[in-house]
Amino acid sequence: MIEIKNLHANIDGREILKGINLTVNKGEVHAIMGPNGSGKSTLAQVIAGREDYEVTQGEILFNGKNLLELSTEARACEGIFLAFQYPVEIPGVSNTTLLKNALNSIRKYRGEEELDAMEFLTLVKKKMSLVELSEDLLRRSVNEGFSGGEKKRNEIFQMAVLQPKLAILDETDSGLDIDALRIVANGVTKLKSPENATIVVTHYQRLLNYIVPDFVHVLYNGKIIKSGDKSLALELEDKGYDWVIEEAAELV
Amino acid sequence: MGDNQVLGKKFCSLREDSNLEGQLPIFNLDLRGYNLSKIHQNTGTLILTFLYSMYKFNIEIISFLEKVNILNEISHLERFTEQEYKYGFVTDIEADEIPKGLSEDVIRLLSSKKAEPEWMLEYRLKAYRAWLKMEEPKWANVHYPPIDYQEIIYYSAPKQQKKLNSMDEVDPELLKTFNKLGIPLEEQKVFAGVAVDAVFDSVSVATTFKAKLAELGIIFTPFSEAIREHPDLVKKYLSSVVPVTDNYFAALNSAVFSDGSFIYIPKGVRCPMELSTYFRINAKNTGQFERTLIIADEGAYVSYLEGCTAPMRDENQLHAAVVELVALDNARIKYSTVQNWYAGNKEGVGGIYNFVTKRGICKGINSKISWTQVETGSAITWKYPSCILQGENSVGEFYSVAVTNNYQQADTGTKMIHLGKNTRSTIVSKGISAGKSNNSYRGLVRIGKKAEGARNFSQCDSLLLGDRCGAHTFPYLEVLNPSAIVEHEATTSKIGEDQIFYLNQRGLSTEDAVNMIVNGYCKEVFKELPMEFAVEAQKLLSVSLEGSVG
Ligand SMILES: Nc1ncnc2c1ncn2[C@@H]1O[C@H](COP(=O)(O)OP(=O)(O)O)[C@@H](O)[C@H]1O
Ligand SMILES: [Mg+2]
Repeated sequence: MIEIKNLHANIDGREILKGINLTVNKGEVHAIMGPNGSGKSTLAQVIAGREDYEVTQGEILFNGKNLLELSTEARACEGIFLAFQYPVEIPGVSNTTLLKNALNSIRKYRGEEELDAMEFLTLVKKKMSLVELSEDLLRRSVNEGFSGGEKKRNEIFQMAVLQPKLAILDETDSGLDIDALRIVANGVTKLKSPENATIVVTHYQRLLNYIVPDFVHVLYNGKIIKSGDKSLALELEDKGYDWVIEEAAELV
Repeated sequence: MGDNQVLGKKFCSLREDSNLEGQLPIFNLDLRGYNLSKIHQNTGTLILTFLYSMYKFNIEIISFLEKVNILNEISHLERFTEQEYKYGFVTDIEADEIPKGLSEDVIRLLSSKKAEPEWMLEYRLKAYRAWLKMEEPKWANVHYPPIDYQEIIYYSAPKQQKKLNSMDEVDPELLKTFNKLGIPLEEQKVFAGVAVDAVFDSVSVATTFKAKLAELGIIFTPFSEAIREHPDLVKKYLSSVVPVTDNYFAALNSAVFSDGSFIYIPKGVRCPMELSTYFRINAKNTGQFERTLIIADEGAYVSYLEGCTAPMRDENQLHAAVVELVALDNARIKYSTVQNWYAGNKEGVGGIYNFVTKRGICKGINSKISWTQVETGSAITWKYPSCILQGENSVGEFYSVAVTNNYQQADTGTKMIHLGKNTRSTIVSKGISAGKSNNSYRGLVRIGKKAEGARNFSQCDSLLLGDRCGAHTFPYLEVLNPSAIVEHEATTSKIGEDQIFYLNQRGLSTEDAVNMIVNGYCKEVFKELPMEFAVEAQKLLSVSLEGSVG
């Protein structure tokens, strides 16, 4: 589905990503872990197409297409969804307005017919129950006055409505209490299919108790320094990151 | 907003010695580019909350603006201005005109062409003589070349003398014009609930649904007709809210006003439909001097919509209207404007000068006047719809969206004059500046000595698209009663890069994202507009800002 090769990216001339290689296939769940500041969010945003980051080397193929040539919205329409670490507030724009426009924009891009208000509402109601969101959040302005947990659940709800091929969840677990965590994780798990893929960015392993990854990668200082299966996550939980970092340093 | 970052403090100059009657302002706050956080003044319960905040990405936005081309790239400016003014066509109709220039003789001729009674001529001449002694105001934050009042044609009417009994008799050319403007003049469209009094240059040519309104005792008629048919009402209320000598342009209007709408809603009547007048400036070099007078008698209610378009012209055209509203006991008047007059081309040539005096008086107890305006057009706008809150418990409201792009200049705002006890006013002003435009909010809140328990809440927000435009906020406050509570909030923001990225990531183009953000920003005002107008306003907004973001 997505193939990242030797990806280097700068911000303000400072190199943050220093040669990322990562391949995610249909039906897989990958976890990217690593200490704060290692470049996890940067990777997520570069995939999504944030312009602040300058890609200096490497390429990203998404279902065979050169992703780096596409605008952010085209990438979204191709099926990439980013659940933001810090969801943005948009005053005066209701959640439904945003979602209806987003969904129809994506459908249009794919040559599908736009949904009318009724069809849209039916879809939304169905998806809302997935993340146990109250209806009143639909009418409220996007993320405005939402609690931290509501914002994160709202991201997963949007993902459920937009049905992406590749979902990247950036620290969706941070700031969630255990109940909210379970709700979010259940939502994600239910949305999993053999046709789509998920990248879960986190620095705790607790989310991975609910969303079981096929692969776990450790990102440190702009590079993936170790990959493994889900047991790696447990090992990291146990022993911290230092041993992986040391191991990687020895290899150099 | 969680993301907002409060910038440094600026100044707030208090002039406590200026309590003399008529001397304004006590406070003169210039919020340009600065923050005034909380200021508490101990004399009385005057609480001022000045919040001037910018989105968190204020610093980053500048580089973002360059990257993503918000507006200031020439190519985008060009793209925007290539968006031709949609209503720029001229109707070819023979006009009956008085030669250009202004004198007592011109006024006499104008008055006689309109077959006016003697008292009306006297009124005009008095206004003219007063105007001659007055000076054009220079204080508004706008700049324009001097207007030569002798170059203006003060009367231009389509040549059509016959009295019209039905729509079929209206000149088909005129109907075509109105159709192009999308005015629902045909009766079946009127069934949708809009009665239209269409003003073509200076003379009203068609009034629909008059009969139905007449059944309820509602008078909705061209002003010139009201002078002939309802002289007592006109004499009683004309200039009762905006005195002839109120200001330079009001005096000029009083001397030469050509036509406009007159509305009277009798006691206890709720007007069953939105009343609407579409103004259109057509003939070359004619100044438009409409006069509107709306009277809501005790317990009456009316909602009035004003929409305006003008064809594209090189010469700047003057528009100096006067609108007076009178609300008696328990009456409510809702006045909505969507204005999209020609704003001039990308070099700033042409466009309408819009110098308008709009004022309402809440004369009776529990009365309410509400102004809602969406201003996207005109080269220069100078306009302050105001409320005089005289009756006890009366309420004044002002909701405004003003968009400026290219070289447009807008200096607009409101005045809330609290005279009666427990009077309340709300001001919500949303300015949006793009291109090299300048958008100023100027508002006066004045609490008189007897206005026990008066309250005002003002919120003035500015949104900047690009960094060559300006937004200025000038709130003037005069509080003479210590029991009054006045609150003021002001914010200036730029559309956040993170907001655009978020919406892009959800599959929306940057253009759509900006429209969505801007519409969200204006929501508080749009929700005050009647349904169809709100839809229209949203469309206008996106047309006005088209291409303003790359
Ligand atoms: N907008 C930015 N400007 C400057 N530096 C940034 C920016 N975003 C991220 N960085 C830097 O890039 C590095 C990686 O950040 P990030 O990708 O957010 O890490 P993680 O998500 O793994 O915690 C950090 O050192 C951070 O300070
Ligand atoms: Mg992060």
